[in-house]
Amino acid sequence: MTVHNIRHGDASDGAEAVGGRLSRVDGPAKITGAAKYAVEQQLEGLAYAVLVESTIASGKVRAIDTNAAEAAPGVLQVLTPDTIISLRTAADWFGTPPPDKPYCPLARDISFSGQHVAAVVAETFEQAVAAAALVKVSYDETPSIVDLSDAKAGDGIPIDAMTKEWGDAQGAFASAPVRICAAYNTPREYQAPMEPHGLIARWEGDQLTVWEPSQWLDGMARTYAEWFGVPFENVRLVSPYIGGGFGSKALALSHGAVAACAAKMLGRPVRLVMTRPQTFTGYGGRAATRQTVTIGADRQGKIQSIVHRGVNETSMDGMWVEPLGSVTSIMYATPNFSSRQNVVRVNSVMPGAMRAPGENPSAFGIESAIDELAYEVGIDPLEIRLRNYAEQDPHAKKAWSTRQLREAFATGAERFGWARRTSEPRSMRDGNQLIGWGVAAGTYPVRRAYGEAIVRILADGSVEVESSSIDMGQGTYTILAQTAAETVGVRADDVVVKLGDSRFPRAGVTGGSRLAGVMTGAVYKAATSALDQLVGLAISDPRSPFHALQANTLVVANGRIGSPRGDGPDVSIAELLKSVGRDHIEATGDTMPANSTPEDRYKNYTTIAMALPHTEGDYSRHSWCAHFIEVRVDEDFGTVRVSRVVSALDSGRLYNPKLAESQWKGGIIMGIGQALLEEGIVDRRHGRIVNNNLADYLVPTNADIPDIEVISVGIPDLHSSVLGGKGVGELAIVGVAPAIANAVFHATGKRVRDLPITLEKLI
Amino acid sequence: MRDFSYLRAASVDAARQAAALPGAMLLAGGTTLIDLAKCGVAEPETLVDITHLKGLNGIEVSERSAIIGALAKMGHVADHADIKSRFPAVSEALWQAASAQIRNMATIGGNLMQRTRCPYFRDPANFPACNKREPGSGCSAIGGVTKGHAVLGTSDACIAMYPGDLAVALVAFDAVVHLGQSQVPVDDFFLLPGTTPDREHAIEPGEMITAIEIPGSASARRSTYLKIRDRQSYEFAAASAAVGIEFEADGRTIRDLRVALGGVATKPWRARAVEDALKGKVLEPDAVRAASLLAVEGATDHGANHYKIELAPRVVARAILKMGETA
Ligand SMILES: Cc1cc2nc3c(=O)[nH]c(=O)nc-3n(C[C@H](O)[C@H](O)[C@H](O)COP(=O)(O)OP(=O)(O)OC[C@H]3O[C@@H](n4cnc5c(N)ncnc54)[C@H](O)[C@@H]3O)c2cc1C
Ligand code: SF4
Repeated sequence: MTVHNIRHGDASDGAEAVGGRLSRVDGPAKITGAAKYAVEQQLEGLAYAVLVESTIASGKVRAIDTNAAEAAPGVLQVLTPDTIISLRTAADWFGTPPPDKPYCPLARDISFSGQHVAAVVAETFEQAVAAAALVKVSYDETPSIVDLSDAKAGDGIPIDAMTKEWGDAQGAFASAPVRICAAYNTPREYQAPMEPHGLIARWEGDQLTVWEPSQWLDGMARTYAEWFGVPFENVRLVSPYIGGGFGSKALALSHGAVAACAAKMLGRPVRLVMTRPQTFTGYGGRAATRQTVTIGADRQGKIQSIVHRGVNETSMDGMWVEPLGSVTSIMYATPNFSSRQNVVRVNSVMPGAMRAPGENPSAFGIESAIDELAYEVGIDPLEIRLRNYAEQDPHAKKAWSTRQLREAFATGAERFGWARRTSEPRSMRDGNQLIGWGVAAGTYPVRRAYGEAIVRILADGSVEVESSSIDMGQGTYTILAQTAAETVGVRADDVVVKLGDSRFPRAGVTGGSRLAGVMTGAVYKAATSALDQLVGLAISDPRSPFHALQANTLVVANGRIGSPRGDGPDVSIAELLKSVGRDHIEATGDTMPANSTPEDRYKNYTTIAMALPHTEGDYSRHSWCAHFIEVRVDEDFGTVRVSRVVSALDSGRLYNPKLAESQWKGGIIMGIGQALLEEGIVDRRHGRIVNNNLADYLVPTNADIPDIEVISVGIPDLHSSVLGGKGVGELAIVGVAPAIANAVFHATGKRVRDLPITLEKLI
Repeated sequence: MRDFSYLRAASVDAARQAAALPGAMLLAGGTTLIDLAKCGVAEPETLVDITHLKGLNGIEVSERSAIIGALAKMGHVADHADIKSRFPAVSEALWQAASAQIRNMATIGGNLMQRTRCPYFRDPANFPACNKREPGSGCSAIGGVTKGHAVLGTSDACIAMYPGDLAVALVAFDAVVHLGQSQVPVDDFFLLPGTTPDREHAIEPGEMITAIEIPGSASARRSTYLKIRDRQSYEFAAASAAVGIEFEADGRTIRDLRVALGGVATKPWRARAVEDALKGKVLEPDAVRAASLLAVEGATDHGANHYKIELAPRVVARAILKMGETA
């Protein structure tokens, strides 16, 4: 968790300051294998748990025969709904008070294939695997609803909170001279992080320690505490590194409850790691979605009305809403608008958050539809976007805090060479390859929340930062080191950032691209107050060499303290602390409102109820981007290869451009996978995902990815965060799939409205 | 995973003897076997490790033939200069197979013996019915997800696709599998599912592949392997073709043609009808396209795999035309 003494970057190139291109400080530990992930902890007496999952999609468990498993070598216990200890239901992530009923993480009532029904704990992992295969479960099966296209699925439940309407959308559509209407579908997609989900749970009395990859230590610790009815303080979550989450590691899940129950019942630490196939049913990926987008426009392509209807699937007993009108309602200026959404229950695990939930499928709809409109009216797809440019938030009717989307279009088009595009489909080719150029925009709201951090200046002059936030590869360790270094006046090398322990000062969820903005703000505040204390001591302590100077301020830079004019003493921070007899200085900083109560703080860090709306106050805050993508489609084979990507992005001020660019590229790569490869395929008779492994669920390989050019067009946005940044991590995936679909249309003349765009859809 | 015993064979004979015992399986690179053990499909009682046996990893290429030891690694064979020059289709088939890591582990013998990727075959806990795994239990794939299943060589008992690439090139060039003293043509080594899909290879317990031999030929020298798939790398073929061609002295008339298909059939599929239709003819695009349609004669689909019937002839035609161009 602690990254020590690693030289990174060269102070002379400014990499160490906020905004510098410092390389990831945790990189060497990860590359050399020194980084210890949660389930790699070596604990005395560790036992191993393996899950048994339902093989039907709907029905009831009739009986579980555990005799053979119990008799198998090394088996310590077999947990079933009947034998596992009873837990209390925990509040959801909004903190809504839960129903007062027990919670059992092993199911008797089956609502999807792959639901946990039993678990075997043994001395070794192999013994647990072997015994788990001996657990015999019999079922009373009932008919299931497989997916959105199931005849029994129906229209679903209207979600009124998702309704957005202004003007007379239907009327304006009916009278518009140009009308387009099309349906766009996205399949189940999976986060597929390299590190599968898993944990080690250990009880000492009524104190629980959980080592688990987590995007939200405090939220998950609260859930464990509520399940077991122990105080929040009794649960410690440790999550020093996370091997990818993409939204899937923010909540404590039923497998975690099983492991913690097993540890408690057994009085031994228990490790449980999902197999790769289990990661497809143990928690939810992105919900499958259906949208219809109708646009009414005049002959110049100016939009008069947008009518949008969306549906996403959810599970039988959980409610997941994937906000499908989120981009539809803000991307273009339209006088009349209507968006509504239903949610349909199917026999699947409850879907969950996956990189840009809502915005991602929403953009696939509207950004494909606007391309269709462009062809309908015969206007360049870039030009039609500019003609309908929204000068303010069309929904909230507020000014944008910053919106560099016009700049993104201009810069991206210029670098891509968009002006050379011939508009006719199938008009560009190279031998058997049809070439297509597509454009699409993306956006993601600035989600703001609060965080706290401790900054300590230690006796040796080094600086320590602590926070319970996490780094799943996005660069928290690095940018917090840069923030503390710049604020205190030391080298980034001399800052040690400690994350991933719920004992540290608290942080909310690492999701919604909010963490960098939140935590740089908190560290900036803590570091500023640590610096004030340091300078205060130097000026006022009689033992300080600066005491005689009678200065009213001092300068700290590169770990040394001096007077602003350079006269008088020049001592290191270590020397000063020694002279005044202090072994450290410590300051806590948080971004909570000053009058916050302890209850407010607890709620803020353990639920998402207190996140600030992005339209709070006078402004509407979002990141923006424009993707320009070239594809080559083999005319005979229908294979699509992305050959060029230029994306211009507005994430406001970048705390570290190198890391932001990596995040953007990662989002674009994931978008290429979404557009061309990713799809959970369901056996309709069994309601089961059959391509539940990484040989059959395809994510892009290096060979699928061309050079990607990303260009920052952002400017500091102080309405969005303390230091001027907007969200980075989720933005870039939004709009990639429609840009590719639009390029495929340009190449082939075929409009593919169902993702992914696989070869059989084009031959 | 169940307990099993592990035995390092001291010689080929010892390996054969050990492998003849019930529940014993040969272990080469392990990339298929360990994977299937994890899925609960392979449950060996004894693993007979042959990886350290001497003299089985050679690659000998002469004017007459290439003899490749069963323990030669996929990566080594793909990269062998003489294989590349005299049997380009073999090298290309291997390069486009699996991933670099797997090619560095996996052996040629193991490669021929790899099992189908039928998802139902690989998930016994959820799909007990699978004739290949449990003769007589039924076939879960028929009526299910069939996007990756075969359209050629199927039976009512099984429609599983043979997923390998190398064997497609081998069957095109009449390679022979050496089982110690005895030899079997590759085309006969792979069996059609018929009513016994559990039997995939003409090899008995106690037999072991020691080498494969590919006769040298002009058509092997002028050959290619074209593999089509959605993902550019690390994916099994949607359809593939191994093609070799030899022209008469005029450089246009086809003297010999070899065509085999991958990704579409229950075994590596030699397309003799295409060969016969074009042999003796002048290579000409329309004739090639028309003849290539014969590659899928007799194909039947199961819905989602219908595209393979469209795709395979196009792959064949492209590969033949490509070989014609390089005249
Ligand atoms: C994710 C993934 C993707 C893949 N993609 C491709 C692909 O695109 N194209 C492709 O062609 N292949 C592909 N493969 C398959 C791969 O090529 C095979 O797994 C590999 O060649 C097997 O060789 P091995 O030495 O590891 O065999 P092992 O796993 O050791 O053995 C496989 C089987 O062969 C038997 N066996 C081994 N050696 C002998 C012998 N000498 N005589 C008799 N029996 C023997 C074993 O008992 C076992 O039953 C892929 C595999 C994976 C896991
Ligand atoms: S296709 Fe063959 S391997 Fe697949 S389930 Fe049917 S019998 Fe088994």
